[in-house]
Amino acid sequence: MRTKPSLYQTQAFRIVLVYVLLFAVSVSALLFFTYWNTRRTLDDQTDQIIEAEITGLREEYQHFGLPGLVETVRARTLHQGQAVYMLSDNRHHVLAGNLAFWPQVSEMGDVIEFDYERPVDSKLEARRARGRILLVPGDFMLLVAQDVHDRYLTERMFTTTLPWTVLLILVLGTAGGALIGRNMLRRLDAINRTSGEIIAGDLTRRVPLTGSGDEFDALSENLNRMLDRIERLMKGMREVTDSVAHDLRTPLNRLRNRLEESVARLNANGSQAGEIERAITETDQLIATFNALLLIAETDAGTTRAAMSPLDLGEVAADVAELYEPFAEEKKVSLAVASGPPAGVEGNRSLIAQALANLVDNAIKYTPAGGKVRICTAITGEGVDLSVSDTGPGIALADRLRVVERFVRLEASRSSPGTGLGLSLVAAVAHYHKAELVLEDNVSSGAPSGLTAVLRFPKTAMRVLPGVTLKSAAE
Amino acid sequence: MRILVIEDDLEAQRYLVQGLKESGHVVDEAADGETGLSLALSRPYDVAIVDRMLPRLDGLKVVAEMREHSNSTPVLFLSALSEVDDRVKGLKAGGDDYLTKPYAFVELLARVDALMRRRSPVGVRTRLDVGDLELDLLSRAAKRSGTDIDLQPREFRLLEYLMRHAGQVVTRTMLLESVWEYHFDPQTNVIDVHISRLRAKIDKGFEAPLLHTVRGAGYMIRAH
Repeated sequence: MRTKPSLYQTQAFRIVLVYVLLFAVSVSALLFFTYWNTRRTLDDQTDQIIEAEITGLREEYQHFGLPGLVETVRARTLHQGQAVYMLSDNRHHVLAGNLAFWPQVSEMGDVIEFDYERPVDSKLEARRARGRILLVPGDFMLLVAQDVHDRYLTERMFTTTLPWTVLLILVLGTAGGALIGRNMLRRLDAINRTSGEIIAGDLTRRVPLTGSGDEFDALSENLNRMLDRIERLMKGMREVTDSVAHDLRTPLNRLRNRLEESVARLNANGSQAGEIERAITETDQLIATFNALLLIAETDAGTTRAAMSPLDLGEVAADVAELYEPFAEEKKVSLAVASGPPAGVEGNRSLIAQALANLVDNAIKYTPAGGKVRICTAITGEGVDLSVSDTGPGIALADRLRVVERFVRLEASRSSPGTGLGLSLVAAVAHYHKAELVLEDNVSSGAPSGLTAVLRFPKTAMRVLPGVTLKSAAE
Repeated sequence: MRILVIEDDLEAQRYLVQGLKESGHVVDEAADGETGLSLALSRPYDVAIVDRMLPRLDGLKVVAEMREHSNSTPVLFLSALSEVDDRVKGLKAGGDDYLTKPYAFVELLARVDALMRRRSPVGVRTRLDVGDLELDLLSRAAKRSGTDIDLQPREFRLLEYLMRHAGQVVTRTMLLESVWEYHFDPQTNVIDVHISRLRAKIDKGFEAPLLHTVRGAGYMIRAH
């Protein structure tokens, strides 16, 4: 199962984040355009007023010369208003105007802006003005300007608040995104958790509904309906297996009972019961095949309720090896276990032991005297491998897929006893544990031939064994 | 010994009752769960053999009820259901042993005998004796006629199980279940090889063999 996504990985959070960024950019653009447009309009107005003033002053000068100009400037600056004037000679000696000093002007452009001071409520106040400087014949200079301090203040406010506004949008937007993301995550989490439990085998679980009737509820409802159906099907499967088991075992039981009874009666009469004893052996073979088939069907379909718990594959390997060691010795085959560090997986001990016993049984049977059988556990990058290698004749590449199928027995082994279900059962057990059964050439120990059967458990099946952590911590 | 058989398959019941009677037991029978339960609660039995699926009252419930009434009669479940987890269910409900149908009668008889033996414990034993063979459970040492016998841990457990059931037939399946804790049939009869190893250690060089093979059933350890 996949791990729980973090908040920042949720789609909702990402969507909100992108949206907030776009929003912040467009808000800044809009505000900037408004600012730029307003300023342009205001400046145009100011410039028009200045032009009108200049036109008036030019007419005065044309009619009455310099004294007329001085007179007019003085008259116009008598009352304090928006207008700012200054007339001076080339040494900045003021002839008329309402400015105390000639302003510091960096360049003599068409339109200039400058800071100046003027008394407001008997205090000097720094203000800003916009205007033009004209040259008056005779080396005089005339400054005609308008006070634009209000515009300047608005502009200042604009430039200082804009970054804060954008920042606020980003912060609030991200927080909102996190909130929505967390909310969606919580809803999805409930669905994910339930699916996880169902995958783990608890088919009675259902996705909780909030009752809000939103799209998540709709999804949950659909999932629940699907689960109802699956549960019904699984239950049906179990009932079928159970009744098949019951309906076949009951008559088989009677058959075996009768055969046993006959043997007892014949023995009591002193007659030979060899034929019937052989029939009993055949019946037992039939029962063994039936049991194996049923177990394969159950494990393959996952309808078995075999309990899973964390176990050490190395321990299972050692146990099975111990069980088979005398048999191997009798067949003059050496049986060894090579266990690495503890290989913990979530599994059913009995099923895994049975699968491993089948593999070891096969390996010992098909390995000639003097050969070697090795049981190996190894932790790999992909998970845990439990393998059985032998130095027997091996299985041809073309036959490897086929032998795992039910009832397939290769020509070479037709004469030896067996149900032909051994490897199918191993494959079914592997499937039940989400592991894989892989048949390979035995390449270890420079064996000339031989087979390696690997049960490859995925990483998701790996478990930390409680005893192991304690031990390693103590070391 | 008194045995109660609760089995709804009358043919199987008849065979079971007859076989048990021939083996010298006193047997009562019931064909459904309710009758079986009232019998189990009204009379003392040494062992109850209970089919897993019964009409009127399910086998699991019969045993659960018995345990509820603090009736501790050992119970052997018989089941025709598929096995993997049904065994666990049966044992959880209060069963003491579990046998899947079809079974061999000798297997059933051996298990019934083992259950009866369990019924009469002789206190905590630290030593087991069969003839001149001694097993010290504390020091984990085995001796025969004073000679030390070197046993592997599993061989010790195997011998211990056989000696605890001295004089009784012990089947291969019982050994596999009790000594190895495996509930499946290995394709090859690996138990036989373990037994012949053990036999070589405890009987070789001694006049009277103690470990006997019971044809068609299993093994038995006995003095004579």
